[in-house]
Formats: sequence, C-alpha cells, structure tokens
Amino acid sequence: MTRLLRRWYGEGPLHLLLMVSSFALAGYAGVRLLDGDTLMILVWFVGAAFVHDLVLVPLYSVADRALRLPFARRPGAVNFVRVPLLMSGLLLLVWFPLITRHTERYEPASGMSPDRFLGNWLLITATLFAVSALRLILCTVRARRRSARNGRPSASH
Amino acid sequence: MRDRRPYAGVRLPSPGPPLPTEPAFWRSPVRGVRFTAVLGLALLAGITLLFVTGLLSYAAYNPDLAAVNDKTPDKGWLGFYLFAWPTGPHWLYRMTQGIHVTLGIVLVPVLLAKLWSVAPKLFALPPARSAGHALERLSLLLLVGGALFEFVTGLLNIQLEYLFPGSFYPLHFYGAWVFFAAFLAHTCLKLPRALQVLRQGLPTGQDDELASPRPSEPTVSRRSALAVVGAGSLLLLATSAGRSFDGGLRRTALLTPRGGAEPASGPNGFQINKTAAKAGITPDVTGDPWRLTVVGPAGEIRLSRTELLAMRQHSASLPIACVEGWSTSDQWWRGVRLRDLAALAGFPDGPPGVLVASIQRSGPFRTVALRDNQVRDPRSLLALGVNGEDLSPDHGYPARVIVPAAPGVMNTKWVGRLTFGEL
Repeated sequence: MTRLLRRWYGEGPLHLLLMVSSFALAGYAGVRLLDGDTLMILVWFVGAAFVHDLVLVPLYSVADRALRLPFARRPGAVNFVRVPLLMSGLLLLVWFPLITRHTERYEPASGMSPDRFLGNWLLITATLFAVSALRLILCTVRARRRSARNGRPSASH
Repeated sequence: MRDRRPYAGVRLPSPGPPLPTEPAFWRSPVRGVRFTAVLGLALLAGITLLFVTGLLSYAAYNPDLAAVNDKTPDKGWLGFYLFAWPTGPHWLYRMTQGIHVTLGIVLVPVLLAKLWSVAPKLFALPPARSAGHALERLSLLLLVGGALFEFVTGLLNIQLEYLFPGSFYPLHFYGAWVFFAAFLAHTCLKLPRALQVLRQGLPTGQDDELASPRPSEPTVSRRSALAVVGAGSLLLLATSAGRSFDGGLRRTALLTPRGGAEPASGPNGFQINKTAAKAGITPDVTGDPWRLTVVGPAGEIRLSRTELLAMRQHSASLPIACVEGWSTSDQWWRGVRLRDLAALAGFPDGPPGVLVASIQRSGPFRTVALRDNQVRDPRSLLALGVNGEDLSPDHGYPARVIVPAAPGVMNTKWVGRLTFGEL
C-alpha cells in the first residue's frame, strides 16, 4: 500500500494526509474569502505572490548587482551603501501610502497632518547614510593605521 | 533546457549565461539551508503569535453576540473558539492588538528575507517531480500568496488606504485562515529539517539544496546578513512602537500612523479615532436639542445632558485601543455607569447586554452590541467628561461609551440611543 502510494504520489502517506487536511481547511476559508469580488480577491491573493517573486525580487536583485559593480576592487565596501539603502527602501516599502501622501483619509479621520512622514523618512535616510559614512571613515582610518604600523599595505594576510 | 550536469566526467561547455531555472543562476553566497532555517524559525514564532492575537482581536468584537457586531456572518466553524470577551485586565485589548500590529510591521523584513532565501526553488525544474510535489507547490502558493495578502492588507488598513477589494474584516480574517492552513502544513513538513540543520548541521553526504553551486565572491557573511535583517526589524520597531503610548514616547514613532505629537494639547488632546467633522457630527445635533433615549422594560426614557449630569457620576481610568494597533495611555473618564442606566431602563439587577447607537449617520460600527459582562463592569461608563473637562466634539460630546478592554470602535461616540436587553 505504502509502496504503491510512493510510486504514484511520490511521497509518504503522512504527506498526503497533511496536504488533504490543509487544502480542506484552506478551501473552507477560501470559499468565504472569495465570496464578494471573487476575481479581484483572487488577483490580490495570487497576484501578491507573483508580483513579489517575478517583479520585486528580480528588481532588487538587479539593483544590488548594479550597486556592486563600482566596488569591484573592494567588494566588501558595497555594504556601506547597500545597508542604509536597504533600510531606507524597507521603510519606504512599508509606509509607502503615508510617505507619498497617498492616504487621503488619514487627516480627516485622525485630525493629524500626514505631511511629516516624507520629511521624517528623508531625515531617517540621511541619518542612516551619515552613520554609514562615519563607519566607513572609522574603518578606513583603522585600516591605514594598521598598515602603517606593519609598514606594508593592508589586506595582505 | 540545457543539461549542465557533469557528463562522464566532462562538464559540457555552457552555451550562454544560466537561466533562473538552473541552480548556477543564483550566485549569492548567503543562501543556504541554515540561513533559511533561522528565518523560518523566527517566522514560526512570530506568525503564530500574529495568528493568536488576530483571533483574539476577532473575539474582542463579540461577533457571536449580535448581527451588528458581525462582519463575517458566514464564518461557520471558523468561529469555534469564540468566547465572551472579558473586561479585565483593562489594558487587555491594548496589549494584544498592539502586539498584533507592531509585530506584523516588525516581521516584514524577516518575511522578505525568508522569501528571498528560497527564491531559487521557485524557478527550479521540473515544476513537479510527482503528484505529491505538485500538491506541495500548490500549497506553497497559498502560503506565499496568503502571507503577502495578510501583510499587505494589514499594512494598508493601518494607513487608512483601503485599496483592497472589499471590506478589511472578512478579507483579513478569511485570508488568515487560508494562509494558516498552508502555514501549518509547511511547518509540519519543514520544521524537523530546520531543527536538525540548526542543531547538528547538514548530515554528511547531504547537499545544501539552497546554497549556490557557483557562489560569487562574498560581500557579507551569513551572520551579517541575518544581522541586517534584524536591524531592519529593529528600525521598524523603533519608529513604530511609541504609538501605543502618550506624550514623549509617541513622538518616537516617526514613521507610523498616529505617531508624533498628539493632535492637540489639553485634557482632550489625546488620539482621535474619527473626528466629528469626518463623522458628519455638527453642533446643531449635539447641542440643546440632543437627548439620550434609554429603552428597556420601563419604556422609552429621554434624558438631556443636564439630567445625565444630575445622576450619580463615577470615574474610570481606561485607554482607547484601536484595531489599527495604536492606543492611548489611560484617560480619566467621568460619567454615568452603564449598569445605572440599565436599572433606569427596568433592569435593577443583573443587567443584560445593550445595543448602543450613535447619532452618526454613516460609517461602520455606528451601532454596536455590548455583552452583559461589559454592561455590568462598574468601570463601564456613559462618559460625559474626560481628564477633568467636558468631552470635546471629537471625543464624542455630548456622551460616549467607554468599556474596559473593548476595541476602540466598540466605545461608541455621540451616543443617541441605548436599548437594553434586545440586541
């Protein structure tokens, strides 16, 4: 029986039971989820995965590859740009509607201005890059001192 | 597809750059099963907590109490666990929902890093090795689509950007169950391996199927890459968490809705869920002609604000805690106890639940039902003032409900009618 299942299904019986119970529960909730604007809900649900995997991931992979090009001689140095850029991009991604003042309901509902978000994001970005610059200076100075002490160029080990 | 496997000891010359369907296309030296296992375990803990706090938030609305509270009337067995939401501790909803939303924000970089770490498997060929593998990949579509759907709808909702196709409540609730079904299966299938890899490393002779076969020169170690993910989470936490408190702490929430300075100063200066202007409340409906109608076995009683102020006044220090995750510290409310109003309506002891209707003309939850335990709590008030002053129009003048541990919108503002017993 188990051997037959392995041959036709490719996995053990536990795998099959797990899959069936998971899909049954997902189906139970799924018909309720889709009760409404079915097509658009499907587009959002499945589209989220596709947009992420086929747009977002390739986009930031290509961006990262482009970012690494000017650092061919010292590959590790890319992190001084990469990390603050990643952090700033992450904040933009999460708070995109607020930062771009897209959210029209915010001010009438809360009585608070959404204007501060763009400014705050830019200031945080500036701070992130400034901290990174400071770290780069410290690292460079330290490396120079080390090489001066050793009387030979650094990175020779 | 080109065959790139070693063939009789000879590697065939590559006719061009590899395709994403080939392992050699993926060159980051950071990818590997250990890296994925660490992120997976972080998500297992985090998402489990998200799911539990989400279910609690759903229960906090008492959807099984009355149709007006229920945005998901066809929930069926998915509401199996529902219980009477308690009134204590009074910061209960403030805590559970604060955790739900803030943790959701903080997990964004972990989720993105986890998905990035397994990207090569998405493109791997053949698409399915067997029927079982095909089912598992279909389940992964529910897992990844579901995770992103839940995070995106949640993040849009707290920014009041209602782009999603329908009402937030059913989408986020049913979406969570679809996602969780796939999440459970994925956990059962992958957790044993993740634990094994982290405890003992890869078994000898076993390939690291996530590691690149021709890694590029490392620019960052796996440990540092994890540190960067953690730093992203910390940055989101630092710029968000303050909005669950008043004053100086709220100012630290630089990039989150309801962060920064309070909307105004003074006793009524704390956070407003929905302003009077937005709710369409004007002075002509809240001024002298306003009456509170109290309905019960004693009939229909109409009370002016002066008459309410002449009744015995009580105080309660309670927060406002919104489903969007923000909350205020305790505010000092003063007004008439709901159970005193129930007695007036003809329920001298053991008051029942109450249907609370606002004079607000539109908007969700302008009528809500409160359960008997909420009416009976001595801290549940029809508040007339806050922090030693009359309520401001934005905080519900002439009268609002405040109930310990209830979600923000259950604390109806601009109350017009209280119907005891019939929900």
